[in-house]
Amino acid sequence: MPKSNNLRLLWRRFARNKLAVIALFFIILQIIFTVAAPYIAPYNPYKGDFLATWETPNRLHWLGTDDLGRDVLSRLLYGARISISIGVLSQLAIALVGIPIGAIAGLKGGWFDYVIMRVIDVLSSLPTILFYILLMIALGAGFWNLILAMTLTGWIGIARLVRGQVLSLKKTDFIRASRAMGAGNWYIIKKHILRNVMTPIIVSVALGIPGAMFAEAGLSFLGLGIPAPQASWGQMVGMYQAYIRTAWHLTVFPSILLALTMLAWFLFADGIREALDTNNKFLNC
Amino acid sequence: MAETLLEITDLTKSFAVRSGFFSNSKLKNIALDRVNLSLSGGETLGLVGESGCGKSTFALTIMRLYEPDDGRIFFAGEDITHLDEKSLKPVRKQMQMVFQDPFASLDLRLTVEQIICEPLEIHNVGTKAERVAEVARLLERVGLSAEDMHRFPGEFSGGQQQRIGIARALVLRPKLLICDELVSALDVSVQAQILNLLRDLQDEFGLSYLFISHNIAITAFMSRRIGVMYLGRLVEIGDSSRIVNTPRHPYTQALLAAIPEPDPSKVNMEIVVKGDIEEIAQRPTGCVFRHRCPIAQEICASEEPQLRIIEENHQTACHFV
Repeated sequence: MPKSNNLRLLWRRFARNKLAVIALFFIILQIIFTVAAPYIAPYNPYKGDFLATWETPNRLHWLGTDDLGRDVLSRLLYGARISISIGVLSQLAIALVGIPIGAIAGLKGGWFDYVIMRVIDVLSSLPTILFYILLMIALGAGFWNLILAMTLTGWIGIARLVRGQVLSLKKTDFIRASRAMGAGNWYIIKKHILRNVMTPIIVSVALGIPGAMFAEAGLSFLGLGIPAPQASWGQMVGMYQAYIRTAWHLTVFPSILLALTMLAWFLFADGIREALDTNNKFLNC
Repeated sequence: MAETLLEITDLTKSFAVRSGFFSNSKLKNIALDRVNLSLSGGETLGLVGESGCGKSTFALTIMRLYEPDDGRIFFAGEDITHLDEKSLKPVRKQMQMVFQDPFASLDLRLTVEQIICEPLEIHNVGTKAERVAEVARLLERVGLSAEDMHRFPGEFSGGQQQRIGIARALVLRPKLLICDELVSALDVSVQAQILNLLRDLQDEFGLSYLFISHNIAITAFMSRRIGVMYLGRLVEIGDSSRIVNTPRHPYTQALLAAIPEPDPSKVNMEIVVKGDIEEIAQRPTGCVFRHRCPIAQEICASEEPQLRIIEENHQTACHFV
């Protein structure tokens, strides 16, 4: 009873935020299109048609073609695969690395906490983009290297978040009350700590996804992300920005898609945060 | 007289003061200084004193959430001062605590049902259905409705949250309930409801209360005996009527004088206490209260007054009574 009930309750609370529901719908739709890309893409995204280069949107090529005569719509569909998987996978990797480090630092304290916090201080004092660029130059461009670079720089945020949460939770009265009732450490972690840390983690991950997509776009724009001939949105913007006057469709469509996707994830994350906030009276009932 | 439920002897607790990374100072902030108390079954003992005098530390040390430096805690005749967590578990079942801030003492992510079931879960009492029935019964007993069990604590007012806290504390049928500033966070009309609820519950569940408050008037209303604490020392203890009507320690007199008098024609006792409670690490020699005491003499600096019996059921630690 409680599990399905809680989920239904969560959905009901989430559904109150119409914008967030629309955003979720957009995200799901996008994932479906991305997965089904080979079946729905009208052309092969890597194969040029030399008789149809630089075409503006028309009946055959809905979003036009690029310098090699490749269909922009097909490339956007395939590019979505890169952008979305970079966003989701990098955040999962970050969560997987950052949560345990933060939790252990918060719970154990002592020298472990001290060392971790100093490492975080050092890492956060470097500008992230510089760090990315250095790493990508060292590792070389590519999908997995991109995720590795994002994980190496990204874990500090979530680790610090979890550590702070655990530290403040450790001192709360309800954990004290739990101890006074005779609860052991494991019970307290299971019953209270995980539940309370979950909301900020989910929100941070959901907000991190558009951030990672944008970072990928930025690096690909600089030529350090996804190497050609593979497509990613940021790379498409980067490659064709010089032609914006003559072939506007090559940069405008990926930019719009990127902006809409980021907006959708932000709205979705906001809706999730609101739905998980059980302290909000007005959303109940 | 009923048998002794809780016996505290020479309980001492101090916290190390860390001043800096490189300094290895042994400075200590003494929160409890050789406190002796006893509480019999079915009795309410009040404990008053201003903020920072060690009342809450006292409660948490008795609950064994802080390790005492020295002294002993006996619960129902058993020495629980150094029991490990495992042997302590059956004792914990019999003593529960209600906290000052109802909002902070309830996990806002759990439903009321999950919150009140928590002690039952920890001690593995009853089946799922029995637990739910018990939650419903207790909720109604503390003045809420059984339907409320599916709601979250954030949806309730402060008074209602405190009722939930009380229900959670009662669900294991403890013998001792420690109420740490139970009503301080509530407004006055709600305070009265909660205090009356506590008095009703006392008879019904056969509870003993350790009632901790900074408000001597409320404490006197609730308790048969009152202990007055200052800077971790118990300076006066006795029957409520004696403490309120004939206080002997200058600090107790000052506390009583601080109660607002609704009748302006009555003149308050003019007892002026200067300054704030002492800074840490500047613990006075001799009598802890001497820096603020209106009648302090030389002897107060050199000799520490001990609790002396000055009349039946009334002890005071002052050189001049």
